[in-house]
Amino acid sequence: MKTLASPGLITRIGAPISVLAAAALALIIVACALLASWIAPYDPTNLASFDLMNAELPPAFTADGDAHFLLGTDNQGRDLLSTMLYGARVSIMIGGGAVLVAATLGVMLGLLAGYFGGKVDALIMRIGDVILSFPTILLALLVSGVARAVFPGAATAEWAPIILICAIATNEWVQYARTVRAATMVETAKDYVRAAKVIGLPSRRIMLRHILPNVMSPVLVISTINLAAAVLTEATLSFLGVGMPPTYPSLGTLIRIGNEFVFSGIWWIALFPALALVILVLAVNIVGDWLRDRFNPKLRVKR
Amino acid sequence: MSAVKPPVLAIENLRVEYPLANGAVFTAVESASLVIQPGEIHALVGESGAGKTTIGNAVMGLLEKPGHIAAGSIHIGGKPLDPSKGSAEGVVLGRDVGAVFQDPMTSLNPLFTVESQLTETMRTHLKLDKAAARARALSLLEAVGIPEPERRLKAYPHQLSGGQRQRVVIAAALSCDPKLVVADEPTTALDVSVQAQILKLLRDLADQRGIGILLVTHNMGVVAQIADRVTIMHRGKVVETGPTAEVLRRPKAPYAKALIGAVPRIDAKLDRFPVIGEEGKGRAAEARAALRGKAERADAIADGTPILSVENLCVEYVTSGLLPGSKGHTFRAVDGVSFSVHSGEVFGLVGESGCGKTTIANVVSGLVRPTAGRVVYRGQNVAGEGAVRRVGPLRQAIQMIFQDPYSSLNSRMRIGSILAEPILFYRLAATAAEAKDDVARLIEAVGLEAEAAERFPHAFSGGQRQRLSISRALGARPKLIVCDEPTSSLDVSVQAQILNLLKDLRDATGLTLLLISHDLAVVRQMCDRVAVMRSGKLVEEAESETLFEAPQHPYTKELLSLVPTLDRIRGESEAA
Repeated sequence: MKTLASPGLITRIGAPISVLAAAALALIIVACALLASWIAPYDPTNLASFDLMNAELPPAFTADGDAHFLLGTDNQGRDLLSTMLYGARVSIMIGGGAVLVAATLGVMLGLLAGYFGGKVDALIMRIGDVILSFPTILLALLVSGVARAVFPGAATAEWAPIILICAIATNEWVQYARTVRAATMVETAKDYVRAAKVIGLPSRRIMLRHILPNVMSPVLVISTINLAAAVLTEATLSFLGVGMPPTYPSLGTLIRIGNEFVFSGIWWIALFPALALVILVLAVNIVGDWLRDRFNPKLRVKR
Repeated sequence: MSAVKPPVLAIENLRVEYPLANGAVFTAVESASLVIQPGEIHALVGESGAGKTTIGNAVMGLLEKPGHIAAGSIHIGGKPLDPSKGSAEGVVLGRDVGAVFQDPMTSLNPLFTVESQLTETMRTHLKLDKAAARARALSLLEAVGIPEPERRLKAYPHQLSGGQRQRVVIAAALSCDPKLVVADEPTTALDVSVQAQILKLLRDLADQRGIGILLVTHNMGVVAQIADRVTIMHRGKVVETGPTAEVLRRPKAPYAKALIGAVPRIDAKLDRFPVIGEEGKGRAAEARAALRGKAERADAIADGTPILSVENLCVEYVTSGLLPGSKGHTFRAVDGVSFSVHSGEVFGLVGESGCGKTTIANVVSGLVRPTAGRVVYRGQNVAGEGAVRRVGPLRQAIQMIFQDPYSSLNSRMRIGSILAEPILFYRLAATAAEAKDDVARLIEAVGLEAEAAERFPHAFSGGQRQRLSISRALGARPKLIVCDEPTSSLDVSVQAQILNLLKDLRDATGLTLLLISHDLAVVRQMCDRVAVMRSGKLVEEAESETLFEAPQHPYTKELLSLVPTLDRIRGESEAA
């Protein structure tokens, strides 16, 4: 028996070194973000932990820097590194949440559409077409705008993430539904599904127990790429001011705050969160692209 | 044929290897030798994985990487083939070697007309101008017997029937006057009537043009009908080679004997098929007896009313128009078919592809709703107008076995859970332990080991999977099993095993079988009564022996006369 540590593992995955590096980088960022409350030097959500007197201090490695604040402080005197770690956590949790909601909804609707076909299929897929005819950001703005109008608490730190998750998922489920629908149609025509029908199993059981496991691999691939897209959408919404509030900032909120100060020479508040965002999204995308190619038999090169 | 001419193909001690990822080497072909003289058809037969297609590909230089010729030589028309380039000096694929592949649906490009597919090779290799190439294409289409060649030149592949497409493929292979044609299963995808025409065409080409043909096939009947010489392969090795009549009549190697013996006969009914190697193992008989006990077959119908009757069945498929609201096109797959099946018998439904036999199987098993007519199971209307819902025992009673054993088992589930599904769903076992016992018994009843329950479908061969598919159908304790081409994707030796298994199960449990097949020999060996279908209609229904000995309908007679069989050769050998 081979152990996990055997030299064969990495060659068996067969990923080029750049993908492995991207995967490692993405994992490190996600781990740091999730462990923010333990590894961040300060707690930016605790009002008592920061002082307005420390506001807008440049990074520690510049001439005027303060050794206490590695990447400097923002306009409220919060340590930028700590705020970024907490912000990345917010971004990743909203992105992950949106992917989870979109995938669950999209997979279920795609299964129904592909399995039953006919009117069910037409209804679900036309709704999807309508949604896709709106630009992503516009629709997300619409959803969060409506939510804020009818629900006064929507802009608070407790509710904003949920509104954001719904706004992003409204868009993304369509892609899952389309992919799963197509895969389900292929599987439904196969003999093992016909056998299950002849045995007399109920449709729900055939869909969940027989078809679902066979259509999941493309879903995992889309999820990786969509995670990056969702994090970006969240950042865009927060940048536009309809996302996370400044008291509980995401990376996008930080970039918006920093944006107001860029021209007064205070470049670090915008730059570092923006860099973190770019690196995270790029790393996840590289892994996602590789996964997509790997699961696409047409692109697989014979070795 | 003058003796001074070099053979069109001479293969000597050929060895083809595929290096595997783990460093080992898979030898697909080992020390194979054969010689084809001009005008000779040399058949290469064997079961899947025997290496016959690999030899064909090696000759054409189409070996897939990383496969390569490791030893031996191939001479085409006397010129040696360079193993590194995969082609012989001065020999060009398409000009000197023509290729005919199995599936005419995919070997023609759907976006080009017949004319452009045919003239392309001629203009490249023979440097003909457009008009000359066209004239030659016309004469080729005439030579391969396509009616109205002038009009067909303008046609796209989808406008031609399967047989016509295969003729076009053959015409393309002949376009540059090759001395050698490699035909890889050229008739496997075709119906018997079309197959007979294509085989005759190949024979004529060999006789009239002196072309040497390497015919790769698994069908012994085809070999008996047109091959001059035959080479039988098994696991990469040549087991026997010689003139066709001699090899088929008096095979010497044990494998060749067994392989030829396993081919179902159409001329006489046998009790069982002779089988190569072991025929399942374990405690099959015990397990079957136990199944029989559980099946409570006490309610056998004594008064002769049929267990299943299909009455005036019609099934229409409506293809929707291109635009919403535009009128679709109605296709009648089954058109007023009636027959009845009696308890405990094997009823065969035969016909060529597209005749509606599979649609009937789907209606009987409840997968498709009929447009008109009805299906009555033991006095209860189960399909058609006024049908009762198939739930509980009524649903359990009719189960199905499918054609493709590779797609009929869910690859993400263990065999144990697949087989337990009907048992648990119908609460046929009181406890989980009892269900597990039942699964073990089901597996043993089809001649596999009970440990199979722990494994996934990919761990099994096609024949083993088909056995498991049968045990799943048995799990619901059915009274009637619909078998839709249960052996047509299996090798002939495996087919013999599966058919024997179905016979044994029928004898042990008193099952009724509805067998759908295109293979007349299989039907004769298996069935008590047979119905012949043609384009949605039933043309003849009779006792199996009556039908094969004295067919009444001209279509049945035609079908029977067209089947390529070993029987002529066999009959001679028995008389001798």
